[in-house]
Amino acid sequence: MQIIENEKEYDVVIVGSGAGGGMATKILADAGLKVAVVEAGPFFDPAEPKQQTQLKWPYQSPRRGAGTTRAFGEFDMAYGGWEINGEPYNQIGDTQFDWFRSRMLGGRTNHWGRISLRFGPRDFKGKDRDGLGENWPIGYEDIKPYYDKVDKLIGVFGSKENMYNEPDGYFLPAPKPRLHELYYKKGAEKSGVKVMPSRLSILTKRINNERGICFYCNQCSRSCSVYGDFSAGSCLIFPAQKSGGQVDLYVNSMVREVEVNEEGKATGVLYINKEDRKEYRVTGKVVVLAASACSTARILLNSKSTKHPNGLGNSSNLVGKYLHDSTGSDRMAFVPELMNRKLYNEDGVGGMHLYSPWWLDNKKLDFPRGYHIEVWGGLGMPSYGTGFNPNDLNKHLGLKVGGYGNQLREDVKKFYGSVMGMSGRGESIARKDNYCEIDPTTVDEFGVPVLRFNYSWSDNERKQARHMHETFEEIIENMGGIVLGDKPGADKDYGLLNPGRIIHEVGTTRMGSDPKKSVVNEFEQLHDVKNVFIVDAGPFVSQADKNPTWTIMALSWRTSEFIIQELKKQNI
Amino acid sequence: MNRRDSIRSLLLGSMAGGLALESCVTENETSIEKKIWEYQYGRTPEEKAYDEKLLGQQFFENSEIEKIKRLANQILPPNEKGNIEEAKVPEFIEFMAKDFPSIQTRMRGGLMWLDNYTNKTYGKDFINCSGDEQYQVLDQIAFPDPKETEQKQEVQFFSLIRNLVMTGYFTSEAGIKELGYKGNQPNVWDGVPVDVLKDHGMSYDKSWMPKFVDQSKRNDLAQWDEEGNLIS
Repeated sequence: MQIIENEKEYDVVIVGSGAGGGMATKILADAGLKVAVVEAGPFFDPAEPKQQTQLKWPYQSPRRGAGTTRAFGEFDMAYGGWEINGEPYNQIGDTQFDWFRSRMLGGRTNHWGRISLRFGPRDFKGKDRDGLGENWPIGYEDIKPYYDKVDKLIGVFGSKENMYNEPDGYFLPAPKPRLHELYYKKGAEKSGVKVMPSRLSILTKRINNERGICFYCNQCSRSCSVYGDFSAGSCLIFPAQKSGGQVDLYVNSMVREVEVNEEGKATGVLYINKEDRKEYRVTGKVVVLAASACSTARILLNSKSTKHPNGLGNSSNLVGKYLHDSTGSDRMAFVPELMNRKLYNEDGVGGMHLYSPWWLDNKKLDFPRGYHIEVWGGLGMPSYGTGFNPNDLNKHLGLKVGGYGNQLREDVKKFYGSVMGMSGRGESIARKDNYCEIDPTTVDEFGVPVLRFNYSWSDNERKQARHMHETFEEIIENMGGIVLGDKPGADKDYGLLNPGRIIHEVGTTRMGSDPKKSVVNEFEQLHDVKNVFIVDAGPFVSQADKNPTWTIMALSWRTSEFIIQELKKQNI
Repeated sequence: MNRRDSIRSLLLGSMAGGLALESCVTENETSIEKKIWEYQYGRTPEEKAYDEKLLGQQFFENSEIEKIKRLANQILPPNEKGNIEEAKVPEFIEFMAKDFPSIQTRMRGGLMWLDNYTNKTYGKDFINCSGDEQYQVLDQIAFPDPKETEQKQEVQFFSLIRNLVMTGYFTSEAGIKELGYKGNQPNVWDGVPVDVLKDHGMSYDKSWMPKFVDQSKRNDLAQWDEEGNLIS
């Protein structure tokens, strides 16, 4: 098959259009550079009625919102999921790593929870505290100016709390908590668990004249048609285009490898156009990879050449290593006081209005690092599953379970809004033996070798999950609730979810100052190839008990400014 | 103010910024409504093709569908709020059997079991039994024993069809109305209603109040001082 050439030479070729790629597009295009964005999925604009799921009712679909076609329900705005037809991945041994991919412009930013937390000073220097993992080569002070800029550009609501490791930013005002959240607050504070307004990138107040303000439909996971929440298309790529930036979008274009010249310097990328299944070449002075931590590792490992026989940027043999996801475990509660509720519109923003940041000192605990607690529940829109086991909760009230007839209608109404839940999301320790690598036995439908995963949790994570459940149970009891389900024991890793499930996978191309111990430097530049940068979560040395998106964007902004300087100085 | 009117005023108040993106700042009310309410699936072409394929197939035989309808009406009898047919529950169950093939045998087998049982007990198919006879059968299978770790096949079958009927109804227009869900429309959230807070003995902390949105200023452009304090 002949490779189809593109005559245009770009300043920068960006692979992927999510948080990292979107931010790089905005900063580099605003600086006047010619940018190509190569995205594996189709074009997507939340404002396009044909693609919109926001404000749809379950009965507008024959499956009423069930998750057959999309993992989080068919109205969720992620094209893809844990499994994608034609794009397999494999496991080594008894590994169960779940890899979530979203193939569309904006990637996973279209459906994510918008939880936008800064890493704090401690989060960059974990090893200094407990000797585990590795420190970042940079600290909070290096990235703070970029967090500030991200806050102002994109918008995040929250509140100033003056907590050392939960740095404040430039916040929009927070929405008032919902009823079940007040119950949580009561229960948590009784246990000494800090509760504060959540920090989500949703516009509770006007931030510019291009984006609408949140109208409280609770559906950020469907991507907002008035751009009231953050997604990389609506807030970064489209604005970059609108302000006259030279941005060419290549969609449905699956990048196979980064190409290099005889000196080993990158010249651009090869991609497969999904529509005609032909190979194309797009060239540029700089290549920025933002395909997601694992996809970027895969591209690098598949980019073998005479100069880089081991894959690009892999002289350290560390590409794919130190893969880690947040820990996660969930628990549900039945709150009898929330039965037979007065009904009102409680949709609110798309996510919790309050949460608990990590509040304890590890010196007194049997595990390292911490977790935050997310809260869910309320008078939500019915969807597939509403009305299942309509009166199972009767068993807690000494009443009969099951049956048929009009009583079931009353049961469903009685219990509506009386169940809530908590999710712990914590920091795991990055380990070299948790990794992804190329599986030489399998290719995807585009003929590209796929990834296989090797991953296990350690007692550090298991003990953290055990602590989560102890905390959940205490809080639930404090708020007058009844804990649902049994406390998961050692046989179930104390309820610890499979790695990958929290969709915070990071670390596959970690940053550091020593080229033998890291893949990129502090500016996310490959140690081995000066004109290749990685702006997804691959460079994370450690994934704090925060969500990674805000840090991905702050780092991408910082890296983009570095690229602009280096191009000016003709260093790359 | 009716729902449409309230949407209109909210849209014009808060969404004008978003609409400017359409390169048409003066978009009128009608087109806003059309944009929001136009019936759209928002699916990818692959998803649409898959749904069309399923909608073009039939899994249950007509006699099975009759039985499903009968059971659905016994599980959730019609009342003034709504009924199974209006909620398109039989169509939904037919679709789900194709969408989740793993339930096909359990559904088909469970429906067949009913006839096996009534033929043995009453000498006729379930559908031909009297109402009383049918309810006697349901009484045998509609109450899972909470002490048992494994439920009998027929009890599991009834739980399955009950779940499908209940969720089919409560995700329908009539069912959502009956449940009393008030959302899925543009609005301005300003906290739990005062009477509800009072009923639950809850209140918003005074120290938290300054952190919350002043909804009268939501349209004012956000501005901060150097310390990050919001000043607009």
